[in-house]
Amino acid sequence: MNNVLIPAPLRSYTGNRSQVAAVGATLAEILGDLDHRYPGIRFRMIDEQDAIRQHIKIFVNREQVRRLDAPVATTDEVIIITAISGG
Amino acid sequence: MAGKKKRSGRAAAPLLLVGTRKGLFLLGGDAGRKAWRVSPPHFLGHIVNHAILDPRDRRTLVVAARAGHLGPTVFRSTDRGRTWKEASRPPAFPKAREGEAGLVVAHVFWLTPGHAAEPGVWYAGTSPQGLFRSADGGDTWQGIDGFNANPMRTAWVGGLQEAPPDGATLHSINVDPRDPQHLYIGMSAGGVFESTDGGARWQPLNKGIAADFLPDPDAQYGHDVHCLRISPVDPDVLYHQNHCGIYRLKRPGDRWARIGERMPKPVGDIGFPMVLHPRDPRTAWVFPMDGSTVWPRTSVGGKPAVYGTRNGGASWQKLAQGMPAKDAWWTVKRQAMCADARDPVGLYFGTTSGEVWASADEGRRWRCIARHLPHIYSVEAVEA
Repeated sequence: MNNVLIPAPLRSYTGNRSQVAAVGATLAEILGDLDHRYPGIRFRMIDEQDAIRQHIKIFVNREQVRRLDAPVATTDEVIIITAISGG
Repeated sequence: MAGKKKRSGRAAAPLLLVGTRKGLFLLGGDAGRKAWRVSPPHFLGHIVNHAILDPRDRRTLVVAARAGHLGPTVFRSTDRGRTWKEASRPPAFPKAREGEAGLVVAHVFWLTPGHAAEPGVWYAGTSPQGLFRSADGGDTWQGIDGFNANPMRTAWVGGLQEAPPDGATLHSINVDPRDPQHLYIGMSAGGVFESTDGGARWQPLNKGIAADFLPDPDAQYGHDVHCLRISPVDPDVLYHQNHCGIYRLKRPGDRWARIGERMPKPVGDIGFPMVLHPRDPRTAWVFPMDGSTVWPRTSVGGKPAVYGTRNGGASWQKLAQGMPAKDAWWTVKRQAMCADARDPVGLYFGTTSGEVWASADEGRRWRCIARHLPHIYSVEAVEA
């Protein structure tokens, strides 16, 4: 079970919780499990070509990952951040 | 009183759905269209490109939205906005094969309810140009492959270099009220296209339309349609505001007439919206903007005005009473002007500077009914 940090713009999906649990051996599996628990959350941050959207950054143990096949160990913390964007 | 009117099917009060860069606002009017009240925002912080109340049940609201950080989606309400649910499958292009670049929906840009005989059917146009259909009231969306996967699509819409600065869009989805299989769409860029089989096959419909950004004066496609409308009372009549003028087409003809040539020359015939009278196919309205030099796209000379025609574009009248006489540099986007269905017809438009203006007498007199809103993308008039 991994701890996933949810940024404010996505907390409407998680009942306003900033940290939730998800299971998976890769980032793709983590995001899939997250979407199963909180339907719709994945597409807001991952596009239909499986690319991380422009203003979303995802870190595994504070290391930025850019591919969904990045491995995630059971003790890893996944941090989702909404990056800076204009007005 | 109001309850009696509702039960008998008569409209009680007008309601404007105002999509903005920072959320959706509902402007409720009284029966006389004199007093208006602005709701608190729905989806505060979301870019709302379009919001439509289903005319078939007058209960279902469908909203095209995205946020600065988050991807595009569709929200739905079946109780006129009291509660909302997100589409369980928003419009999205298919995943490309390994090694190939696939399309990505940046915005759901335009929404059109389906034919009256097809309850629950909706169409959506996206940026970049994609056409999607829902058969369940906007909950799940499927791409219309006849357009999205058409081998000619790239030729029709061009590459990224041809896209307008805010992104290329498929918009102006019009369903023939006589035939649910008969569809028209407009694109920036791409032009006008028609399908007579529900979207399986498409034909360009751009004869007579200028495209001064294309080398071929008789190009079949690639034109820049800003807003295309089919007359609800005579569906053989179409009007459209183009990047290069105002046009009218009478079917089964296929050559557009540039009716904007009859606009006053200092005003020109450039703009974004195109609004049609709900009962008179000869009456239409536009909001001209400055299309000279570097294309300011603001009210011409800082003197905003609606222009209307009562004779299919043979002549135009300036309709600006009540608007500022000068120093008002307004931009009105393609979804941001509309008509209601009352008699006399009410006209409404919203500006990118956050004001909503209304006329209860078909454009003769205008007044501002809301200000201080965010940048307005869309205004739709319904009966609540």
